[in-house]
Amino acid sequence: MIKVEGLTKRYGRNVAVQGISFEVEKGQIVGFLGPNGAGKTTTMRILTCFMPPTQGTARVAGFDVLEAPMQVKQRIGYLPENPPVYPEMEVEEYLSFVGRLKGIPSAELAKRVDEVAERCSVADVRKKLIAKLSKGYRQRVGLAQAIIHNPDVLILDEPTAGLDPKQIHETRDLIRSLAGEHTIILSTHILPEVEQTCDHVVIITRGSIVATDSVQNLTSRLRGQEAVAVQVSGADEPVIRQRLEQVAGVSRVVARDTHNGLHSFEVESLPGKNVRAEVARAVVESGWNLSELRAVALSLEDVFLELTAAEKPSEGAKQ
Amino acid sequence: MNNVITICQKELKSYFASPIAYLLMAMFAIVFGFFFWNAVGYFVNVSFQSQAMGRSFPMDVNEMIIRPLLMNVSVIGLFLIPLISMRLFSEEKRSGTIELLLTSPLHDAEIIIGKWLAAVALYGCILLISGLNFFFLFAYGKPDWKPLVIGYLGLVLQAGALLAIGAFVSTLTRNQIIAGSVTFSICLLLWVFEWVAGYETSTWASVMGYMSVVRHFEPFSKGVMDTRDAVYFASMIFLGLFLTARSLESLRWRA
Repeated sequence: MIKVEGLTKRYGRNVAVQGISFEVEKGQIVGFLGPNGAGKTTTMRILTCFMPPTQGTARVAGFDVLEAPMQVKQRIGYLPENPPVYPEMEVEEYLSFVGRLKGIPSAELAKRVDEVAERCSVADVRKKLIAKLSKGYRQRVGLAQAIIHNPDVLILDEPTAGLDPKQIHETRDLIRSLAGEHTIILSTHILPEVEQTCDHVVIITRGSIVATDSVQNLTSRLRGQEAVAVQVSGADEPVIRQRLEQVAGVSRVVARDTHNGLHSFEVESLPGKNVRAEVARAVVESGWNLSELRAVALSLEDVFLELTAAEKPSEGAKQ
Repeated sequence: MNNVITICQKELKSYFASPIAYLLMAMFAIVFGFFFWNAVGYFVNVSFQSQAMGRSFPMDVNEMIIRPLLMNVSVIGLFLIPLISMRLFSEEKRSGTIELLLTSPLHDAEIIIGKWLAAVALYGCILLISGLNFFFLFAYGKPDWKPLVIGYLGLVLQAGALLAIGAFVSTLTRNQIIAGSVTFSICLLLWVFEWVAGYETSTWASVMGYMSVVRHFEPFSKGVMDTRDAVYFASMIFLGLFLTARSLESLRWRA
């Protein structure tokens, strides 16, 4: 549905996006994840034909953004970071204005406005001025605007930014419910959002893609390298550490802290090895007390931090 | 074409949903009312004098009231036009709604012409107020209506030209005050350029004189429509809208 190849955007001497390529299948929800200023908005603005790329191509539903912008625009619904609403308009008036801009025939317009107002739960404020709406309602009006012409592709720039937790939850549910009929790209710098709403994730940092994978794969990729938190008492810390390092399958042992003779360690294992049983046996056989033993799962957050860490972005990507 | 109408309607609605339209109309009504009262008072005074001197032929209402008043409206327009045009694009840029317009399946030309037409239409509404004053001249006298029609045509053409320039200026900034001030300076310059042509005969002076809005409006106020003046206004409109289109396009590249 969306195919981006070697996309580059420069502003003067600044490079906002550097040769990124990715593909999105029909019906998928893809999360653009990256710190602020990573190039997410720029990529989205190129896909929506708001600005042209400096180099590379982007195609939406087979149409090139430079060669056939009208066809692309007809197939895209776009919610910029700030909902593009006119405060002096009433919700209903605004939605039918956008509907007409998107080329909905006037016979169907009223019906479509009803449908999207219902769908995005703004039907109760349809006669209100947008200026009087809360941020959450405005965001939903923005979403209603984006789907009014039933586009193939939805592009949402930080759809939950600035909302309260309840609104965030509702917005995510709404986005999830839109998947299937629409192909969705959303950007965010909030990790749980990607884990909860997206099928695929594209991690961008400083204008380059450092990872692109399904959310499951990406989390399990590092979950294979399990870490185990262990608390042991009964000997000195270096002695215990030495013993733990000798356990088969252990790649690294990090001493955390010591409280009342209780030494905490984090034991990292080689990929695919489960060392919990071995570690327990080693401790007990040495005659020490094992106070705690638990697996520490690496969350997407750790993956994200690892991949976007300032010192080694490219090594992280190649792992 | 449908898109032009959609944009134009939306612009007109925003003018009339905010106090801007009413404020401009009120300002115009007061200022023009004063000019009208002044012109009629002067006319009455001079009529009495000439009657006292024993002349019996009627004085020319067109020449003595309508024509100077049309010139006055032309000048008042220079002040009102920046206030109309300043928000056209800068407001959309500031609020981010420009992203909606530029990512909708519309041609830039449709956006620009729609907005420009709305601005011209608002100016037309303002002009209608002066029609109310002129109505009294027709109720109590018999002036010729044709020069008045030509005069209004000239006023609309003048406004079209200056609004096109104002639209261009408002694409350059997201600040309405800046857009308004710059447009006002341009309007004022296009008005006072004429003065140079009064005493200078160099090429520059004649070029500046040619660029002056007043010089090209004056024949309209007399009820004379010269093709050269119409061409001047038409080319100013075209130039302004063309620059707006270029600027909007460059916005995409710079953004």
